[in-house]
Amino acid sequence: MLRCGYALFWLLGSVLLICVVSPVKGEAVVTREGSHLKLSESSHSNESQHGHSFNITGIPIVSFKWHHVETPYLVAFWVLVSFLGKLVIEANHHVTSVIPESALLICFGFILGGMIWAADKVQTFRLTPTVFFFYLLPQVILDAGYHMPNKLFFTNLGGILVHAVIGTCWNAASLGLSLWGCQMGGAMGDLDIGLLQYLLFGSLMAAVDPVAVIAVFEQVHVNDVLFIMVFGESLLNDGVTVVLFNVFDAFVSLGGPKIDAAEIIKGIVSFFVVAFGGSLVGLVFGLLISLLTRCTKNIQIIEPGFIFVLGYLSYLTAEMLSLSAILSIVFCGMCCQKYINANMDENSVQTVRYSMKAFANGSETIIFVFLGISAIDKVIWVWNTGFILLTLLFVLVYRFIGVFFLTWILNRYRLVPLEFVDQVIMSYGGLRGAVAYGLAVMLDENKIKEKNLMVCTTLIVVYFTVILQGITMKPLVMWLKVKRAAVTEVSLLEKLTNKMFNHTLVAIEDISGQIGHNYMRSKWKYFEENWMSWILMKPSARKKQDQVFDVFHQLNLKDAMEYVTEGERRGSLEFVRNENSIIDFKKKSESESFDINNANMSNDHGAMSTTSRDPIPSVSLEMHEQIMKAVREAEAINAHHLLDQHLYKSRKQHRHRFSRSHFDINRDEKEVQEIFQRTMRNRLKSFTSAKMGVKPPKTIVKHTQKEQQQKMPNGKSMDKAKTSYSGDEGSEGDSASGYDQSYMRATYRAGAGIENPAFMPDLDPMDLLQIPPWLGESELDSSMVALSHRAQVDLPRTPSNLRRLAPLRISTRSTDSFTLENIPDTQQMDSDQLQPPPPPPRPPRDDGYV
Amino acid sequence: MGSSSSSRNKIPNAQELMHQTGFSSAHLLRLHDRFESLDRDNRGYLSPDDFEVLGGLAMNPIGGRIIEAFFSSGQDTVDFSSFVRILAHFRPTDRNRNKEGTQQELPSSRTRKLKFAFQLYDLDRDGKISREELLQVLRAMLGLQVTEEQLQSIAERAIQEADLDKDDAISFDEFKKSLEKMDIDTKMSVSFLK
Repeated sequence: MLRCGYALFWLLGSVLLICVVSPVKGEAVVTREGSHLKLSESSHSNESQHGHSFNITGIPIVSFKWHHVETPYLVAFWVLVSFLGKLVIEANHHVTSVIPESALLICFGFILGGMIWAADKVQTFRLTPTVFFFYLLPQVILDAGYHMPNKLFFTNLGGILVHAVIGTCWNAASLGLSLWGCQMGGAMGDLDIGLLQYLLFGSLMAAVDPVAVIAVFEQVHVNDVLFIMVFGESLLNDGVTVVLFNVFDAFVSLGGPKIDAAEIIKGIVSFFVVAFGGSLVGLVFGLLISLLTRCTKNIQIIEPGFIFVLGYLSYLTAEMLSLSAILSIVFCGMCCQKYINANMDENSVQTVRYSMKAFANGSETIIFVFLGISAIDKVIWVWNTGFILLTLLFVLVYRFIGVFFLTWILNRYRLVPLEFVDQVIMSYGGLRGAVAYGLAVMLDENKIKEKNLMVCTTLIVVYFTVILQGITMKPLVMWLKVKRAAVTEVSLLEKLTNKMFNHTLVAIEDISGQIGHNYMRSKWKYFEENWMSWILMKPSARKKQDQVFDVFHQLNLKDAMEYVTEGERRGSLEFVRNENSIIDFKKKSESESFDINNANMSNDHGAMSTTSRDPIPSVSLEMHEQIMKAVREAEAINAHHLLDQHLYKSRKQHRHRFSRSHFDINRDEKEVQEIFQRTMRNRLKSFTSAKMGVKPPKTIVKHTQKEQQQKMPNGKSMDKAKTSYSGDEGSEGDSASGYDQSYMRATYRAGAGIENPAFMPDLDPMDLLQIPPWLGESELDSSMVALSHRAQVDLPRTPSNLRRLAPLRISTRSTDSFTLENIPDTQQMDSDQLQPPPPPPRPPRDDGYV
Repeated sequence: MGSSSSSRNKIPNAQELMHQTGFSSAHLLRLHDRFESLDRDNRGYLSPDDFEVLGGLAMNPIGGRIIEAFFSSGQDTVDFSSFVRILAHFRPTDRNRNKEGTQQELPSSRTRKLKFAFQLYDLDRDGKISREELLQVLRAMLGLQVTEEQLQSIAERAIQEADLDKDDAISFDEFKKSLEKMDIDTKMSVSFLK
C-alpha cells in the first residue's frame, strides 16, 4: 500500500510537472511552428482567461473552479483512464495471451481517440515530444537499465554494439537512400523531399524501440541470449538514433550546398562524442548514487528517492549537454544497481524495484494509449500509398538484411553462434515505437514540407510492427522452435557449478595461454572487488556479496515461507512433529538462522538481536521448535527462559541432528544430551577453578554449546569469550587451548576410523569418558562429526590450512598441489597438538588474538 | 604456408588429434606453441610444476583441481596429445558434427563437459560427490567471510537438492540431472584462438 502510494505520488508529481512546464513549452513551440505541437491542454487556456473576468458579488459558499484545477486534473484523469484500460485488458487473460498488451493498449487508444473525436470534432490530446521525452521515457529506460542483467549484457556487448551502431546506421542509410531512389524513379508521385530529408526520415525510423520490444518480448520468453541481443540493441540504438537524427537535422537546417567534408566529419565526431559522453554522464551519476546510498543510513525512508531523482538528473544533464540522454540513464541504472542493492536497506531495495516497475509500467501504458489516441487526427493523415508501403517494406527487408549480415560476421567470432532461427526472431523483433513517433513529431515543418506524411507513415509503421508483428511473434517463436528461456529455479549446486565454471574457464585460458574474455572478466572482477566495491559499498554490505551465499539465503527464505504456509494450511505447525519432513523443514529453518546470525556473529547473543534484526518467519519457526523441544525434554524450566536460551544456541543443536538427516533424529538424543550435560558441568567446574581468562571449552556439537550456555553462571561474559574464540579467531583454537582440541581431535580420529592408541591414553580421563557415546554416534557418520569439529576449529585460516583436518584423504591421495605441499606441515601441526595433551587448560595464549 | 605446414609436422599424429578433438590445425598449432613454451626444458611432456608457474593459476581458487585434471590418469606427466584432449573439453559444442552421429562423441559434447566438471568435484574418483568433497569446493570458492557452519549447511542443502536416491552423495546422473537446465555450452566453452 505504502509503495503504491509512493509510486502514485511520484506519478502525480511528474504529471504535475508536466502541466507546469508543458503549457509554456507548448506555447513556445506553437509560436515557432505555427500549429500542431499544441499540448493537449493549451487549447483550453483561452477559456480559462474568461473565467477570471467574472465579478464576484458575494461570498460563495461553494464555487465550481474547474479552470483552477483543469490541467492537473486532466492529466491525472488521463493517467487514470489509461490505467483503467490496462486493468480491463489484463483482466482478460485469454486475450492477452494471443494479442500482446501493447497492441491492445493502442487499440484502446484508438477507441478513446474516436470518442474524443466524436465529441469535439477536433483532436485535442496527443503525445507531444516534450511530454514523451521528458516525462514518460526516462523512467522506462531507467527501469530497463536498472534491471539489466549486467553479466549477460556485457558478455554480449560486442554483438549488441555492432547491431546497435552499425545496424542502426545501416537501417537509416538504406531506408533513406532507397526511398530517395524510389522517388527518383517516380514511384511515389510528386513529393517535396530531398535526399537529406529522406536520410533524416530514415534515421528516425531506424531505431528498434525498447518500450515496444520489452512489451512484446516479456510475454514470449525467448532464451537469454536472444533476448539480450534484441533488448540491448533496442536500448542502445535509441541513443544512436537520436544522435543520428540530430546530426541529420542539423544537415537539413544547413541545407545541401553548405555541407562539405568538414561538416560530415564533424557530424561523425559529434556522433561519438554524444554517445560516449552520454554514457559517461550516466556512469558518473551511477557512481554518485552508489556513493550517496553508502551514507543514507539515517534517512532510509528517502533512499529510493535519491535513485529516481539522480537518475532523472542524469537524463536531464545529458540532455542539457546535448549528449545522449537515453544512453546516460541506461548506464546510470546499470552502473548503480549492484552497489545500491547492496548498500540500501532491504525495504528500500524492494521499494526501488517496485516503484521503478510501477513508473515504467505506468508510462508504458500511457505511451501506448496515447500512441493510439494520436492516430485519430485528420490533420496528420496524408496518404501516399507509394511512400507508406515502400517504407514498410524497406523497414522490414533492410532489418532482415542488416541482422543477417551482421550476425554472419559476428558468428565468426562468437563462442556460441547465434542460430538461424534466433536471427529470424531478432529481425522480426525489430519493432518501432514511440521514440520514432516522438522524433517524427519533432520535425520542423518549415524545413520539411511533408512532415505530416512522415508522421503518418511513422504511425503506420509503429502500428504495423507493434500490432501485427507483436501478435505474430509468439506463434512464430513456437513455430520456429526457438530455444525458450528455461524457467530456472536456482539451485545451489547450479550456482556453485556456475561459479566453478567461471574459475575453470579462466584457468583454461591461463593454461592455453590466451587473454580471452574470461581473463578480462576475472581481471575486471578483481578490480571491481578491490576498488569499486571498497569505495562504493558499505563495509557491511561487502561481506554479503557472495552469490552462492545469496542463493542459499533466498532458498532458505523461500522454504521458510513455504513451511509456514504449509503449517497454516494444516491449522498449526504441530504437524511437523509427526512428519518425515521434519528433517527438511527443521534443517532449513535452522540453517536460515545461520544467515541471520551471520551478520551479528561477533555478538552472539542471538535471541534478542535475531528477532529485532530480521523479522522473517524463521524466527517464529525456531521459537516453535524450541517450544516443542521443551515439551519433549520435559524439563522443569521456565519455558520463557528456555526459549531465550535456545533461540540462538539452537542452531547448533539442530545441526547435530540435521547433519545426519537420514537417521531417526530423536534416537538417544536424550542420552547424548545428558552425557554432555554432565561433561559440561564438570568442565565448567574445572574452568572456574582454573580462573577466568581461559576460554570456555570449545564446543564440539551443539549439545555441548547449548548446555554450557545453560549452565553458565555468568552467561554473558563467558559468552563473549567463547564467541571471540569460535567466531573470530578459530585458528587460535589449533594452537592454544589444547585441552579441548585434543579431545576433539581424538574423537575425530577415532571417528574417522584411525586407530591411534598412542595418544588416546594421554587424554584427559574425563574426555575419555565422553568418547563412547560420541563414538557410538560418530561411527554411524564419522565424517559428519568430523565436520562439525572443523566448523569451529580452523575456519579463518589460509586455504591450505583449511584442509588440514582432512589429512586422511589427502595423505592417501593428493587433491592438489596446495595440499600436497601442506601435508608435512599439517601432520606436524597435528602431532604438535595432540601428543602433549594437557588436561589442565594452558595459560591463555590467545589473548593476543582477541 | 611452408612454415606452418612444417611445424604441423612437428606435432605427432596431428590428423588423429584433430579428428578426436575437433580442433582445427590452426588451433593445434597454436596450442602446440603454447605447450612448448610451457615445457621449458623441452622434455616433450609437462609436469605439474610447469603449470604452477602460471601466475594466474596460483591465484585461481580451483587452480589446483584444474591442474590435477590434466594428470587424472595417475601419471605425473602429460604429453601434448593428452594436453589437447583435455583442452578439447572446452571447445564450443559442434552441433553439426554431433548430429551426424557416426563418429565418436567429441570431448566438447555436453556430457563430456559435464563429466569434466563432475570430476573437478569428485576428488577421490569414486563416481560420487560426497558431502566432504562438496565442502572442499565450497571452502575453496567461498572465501573467508562465510563461516564454516554456513558452508556446511550450504553443502548439506546442495546435496539434498540434487540427491535423488538419498544416498547422501551426488552421483554423475544426479549431477547431470540437476544441471539439466544449465546452458553448459556457453558456460563451459572458451573461444580458442587460432
